Amino acid sequence: MYGTLWHILPGPAWVRVIILLALLALVLFCLVEWVFPWVNSIIPTQEVTVDG
Amino acid sequence: MTVDPPATTRKAATRTRRRARRRVTIVGVFGELLITAGALVFLFLGWQLWLNDIIVGNQDNHTAASLADSWDSGNISLNHEEPVAPDYGDPVVPAKPSTDQTFAVIYVPRFGKDWVREIAEGIGVADVLNTGRIGHYPTTQLPGQVGNFALAAHRLTHGAPFRDIDQLRIGDKLYVKTKDGYFTYIFRNLEYVSPQGVGVLDPVPQQSDVDGTTQVLTIMSCNPKWSTAERIIAYAVFDSWQPISVGPPAAIASLANAKG
Repeated sequence: MYGTLWHILPGPAWVRVIILLALLALVLFCLVEWVFPWVNSIIPTQEVTVDG
Repeated sequence: MTVDPPATTRKAATRTRRRARRRVTIVGVFGELLITAGALVFLFLGWQLWLNDIIVGNQDNHTAASLADSWDSGNISLNHEEPVAPDYGDPVVPAKPSTDQTFAVIYVPRFGKDWVREIAEGIGVADVLNTGRIGHYPTTQLPGQVGNFALAAHRLTHGAPFRDIDQLRIGDKLYVKTKDGYFTYIFRNLEYVSPQGVGVLDPVPQQSDVDGTTQVLTIMSCNPKWSTAERIIAYAVFDSWQPISVGPPAAIASLANAKG
């Protein structure tokens, strides 16, 4: 999977590394901006209140 | 001549092996997906326990500070450090807030020199607690009323307002600021109860059939820190009140009056 990704990228190795880092940054941004808050809203959170 | 054929064979074999390694297999992809999923889980934990915690906490600290500033009237005198605290009469009880409304902020120097957080009406997880604010039990009393001003907040994640609740020491002051004035409470003791221990919300905590004559501040969070098995309760008793016009108590003057 990742091997295939490496091979379909153009250019010499350092160009591929830069492209991959850019892709990684994009993925991380999407995770932090949208995916993680959404996951956080559907998983049970810590209970801090008392309730009869 | 005698050396060449084996060499080319070996080269060909290496090429074949390399091509074989490059070939995408179901097991290979599955393995990579599993590794990716593991990395995602760790990233999420890092985000939830650390990054988002810091972000939400800082945000609410800023919001609370500017909200508190907006309640200050123009002319505040800071010369009120008299040996005997003057009596400013009965405290002004805030109007019954609507659900989700931020109606007060709280300063606890023990939680940090510049620590201040918002107090909102209600203990809803999504609308109040997960926003980094502190929730007020709507069934309990308000600051200035005889009875129990009971609050709950996260101890981990979402800004974790009460992260250091177990660090309170007898005599520590807690300051609640509303748009009308400052309420000073003095920390008295900790208590540990089960999640069903609603006695902590009584006007006189744990005395369900007593009306009481004093004002208590009760703050709570989960206990132990990484668990939800119990609740940690911190009680503070009312000490004094001063109207907004005379300015903040000396201990939080620099904080509460940063922009004043």
